[in-house]
Amino acid sequence: MSTLTAAPARPAPRLRTPRHRSVARPRRSALLTVLTTVVLVYSLVPLAWLLINATKTQEDLFSSFGLWFGDSFSLWDNVVTTLTYDDGVFVRWFGNTVLYVVVGAGGATFLAILGGYALAKFDFPGKRGVFAVVIGAVAVPGTALAVPTFLMFSQLGLTNTPWAVIIPSLISPFGLYLMWTFAAEAVPGELLEAARIDGAGEFRTFFRVSLPLLAPGIVTVLLFTMVATWNNYFLPLIMLRDSSWYPLTLGLNAWNAQAATAGGEAIFNLVITGSLLTILPLVAAFLLLQRYWQSGLAAGSVKE
Amino acid sequence: MTAVVAGADVRPLRRSRRRWTGWMFVGPFMLVFALVFLAPIAYSLYLSVFRTQMVGGTTFVGLENYAQALADPQFWDGLGRVTLFLLVQVPIMLGIALLVALAIDSGRLYGKSFFRISIFLPYAVPAVVAALMWGFMYGTRFGLVGNLNEALGVSLPDPLSPDLVLASIGNIVTWEFVGYNMLIFYSALRVVPHSLYEAAEIDGAGQWRVVTAIKLPAIRGALVIATIFSIIGSFQLFNEPSILQSLAPNAITTSYTPNLYAYSLSFSGQQYNYSATVAIIMGLITMVIAYVVQLRGMRKEP
Repeated sequence: MSTLTAAPARPAPRLRTPRHRSVARPRRSALLTVLTTVVLVYSLVPLAWLLINATKTQEDLFSSFGLWFGDSFSLWDNVVTTLTYDDGVFVRWFGNTVLYVVVGAGGATFLAILGGYALAKFDFPGKRGVFAVVIGAVAVPGTALAVPTFLMFSQLGLTNTPWAVIIPSLISPFGLYLMWTFAAEAVPGELLEAARIDGAGEFRTFFRVSLPLLAPGIVTVLLFTMVATWNNYFLPLIMLRDSSWYPLTLGLNAWNAQAATAGGEAIFNLVITGSLLTILPLVAAFLLLQRYWQSGLAAGSVKE
Repeated sequence: MTAVVAGADVRPLRRSRRRWTGWMFVGPFMLVFALVFLAPIAYSLYLSVFRTQMVGGTTFVGLENYAQALADPQFWDGLGRVTLFLLVQVPIMLGIALLVALAIDSGRLYGKSFFRISIFLPYAVPAVVAALMWGFMYGTRFGLVGNLNEALGVSLPDPLSPDLVLASIGNIVTWEFVGYNMLIFYSALRVVPHSLYEAAEIDGAGQWRVVTAIKLPAIRGALVIATIFSIIGSFQLFNEPSILQSLAPNAITTSYTPNLYAYSLSFSGQQYNYSATVAIIMGLITMVIAYVVQLRGMRKEP
């Protein structure tokens, strides 16, 4: 983020009049800070609620105030029970989610990089058609695709296998758009031409010259496709019957629904602790990689 | 693109060789895209003109399924509900997102990067977890609503009652996506040339005037894109009502939203043909509205 925040301030030293400084560094406003804090509190209170209630036993959940700790502190017990409940099915779901994210989001990012690069840097027959079809398809609602995709996949024998979740995750039109705008800015045409004159093949040029320049855009697309696959609910819901292939989202919902079924054991404390464990990896990824994805997003919006 | 033009000037022979190179890069994407987007769309168009019955098997019925859907009160109820949702929730969400983006971009906040990342965080929370979490908080048993009732000795209206559940869903969706939209607006604001602000300030324009005359027109593209994404999202509303269904079975019916209706028709009712028809009609409506918004939004000011 440092590169971005520093950029607007750069022209200031040349003309250091008071008027200019007020543009580069406006005075702080307490009122504006308070107003934005309201939105901040709104954003964070549910997460605080989740964190606090993950420390409670099932009994405390019902008897204590929601935004404060209960009589007992049983976070570790809850975590252990979550991980071991029903022969460790949560760990299995976690592994499935990681599989879908690594193959699905990884593959989607790879395809988006190649496609976006081609749209930005090559002229080829049918380019306008490619673009029109992809943009048009974004507006098609998920369900319009879900039913026929399910029927197609069931004829191919793919439903109830990981492929049914992974293959549709491989396409990210938003990722393609982001890579296209990013590659147009980040890879100078002269550089590619120089590499070609030196006799480098197109793929060699791509991997040696272009790929390193695309890195911030790649991190951005990877994070957004990761969120999309990690959070995917609708697609696995229709594709999977066997709970041993569930991702975390479906598993948590199954645990929550268990209380409503006759004879089912209510395990709300595990649903809450499981939810906390589900969001931690993504929150950590966003916090740790914020420098990269924020500059990637900023560059992506240049083209608009 | 410049590369190709420059290359063509110097050595025309290389141009024809390179003409198809682009396809080697975009080909894999298009192949999978055809499999998971184009083929299902074609297949659902095919499904929508047939009808399968217990007696008589599958027969070609032309546009009968479409006529049935357009006369189906359950479909219209769902469509009316998501339209209401669209008209109320989307402006609130985008309005808050825009205000926060402008506040952070103005540089007048204390600790702006903390605000930016914290308000964005809910986006990383899966819709399932968000709906479960808010569902628990809404609960009158161990939720915050129950706590408040007990602590203050009042009885607040139940957020999961049939009258209020749509607003409660709207709150969940707003919570999830304010930060995401804020970031889209903020990223667009970052690349507005600062020389424009300086020029405006020399002309004596106030902060508010800078916002309306420079900032908003400059990020018009981002505003249109966010609006289109939100329209698509509203019409596709599924995850939140589907998950809250187990907490509020009386308030959320199987045809609560068109998406939920299409899902129930397929996977509980086995009416694949009719379900495909409902989905196609929703797809068409979504595309038309998104297209109109894009046309109006991108039109140059007179």
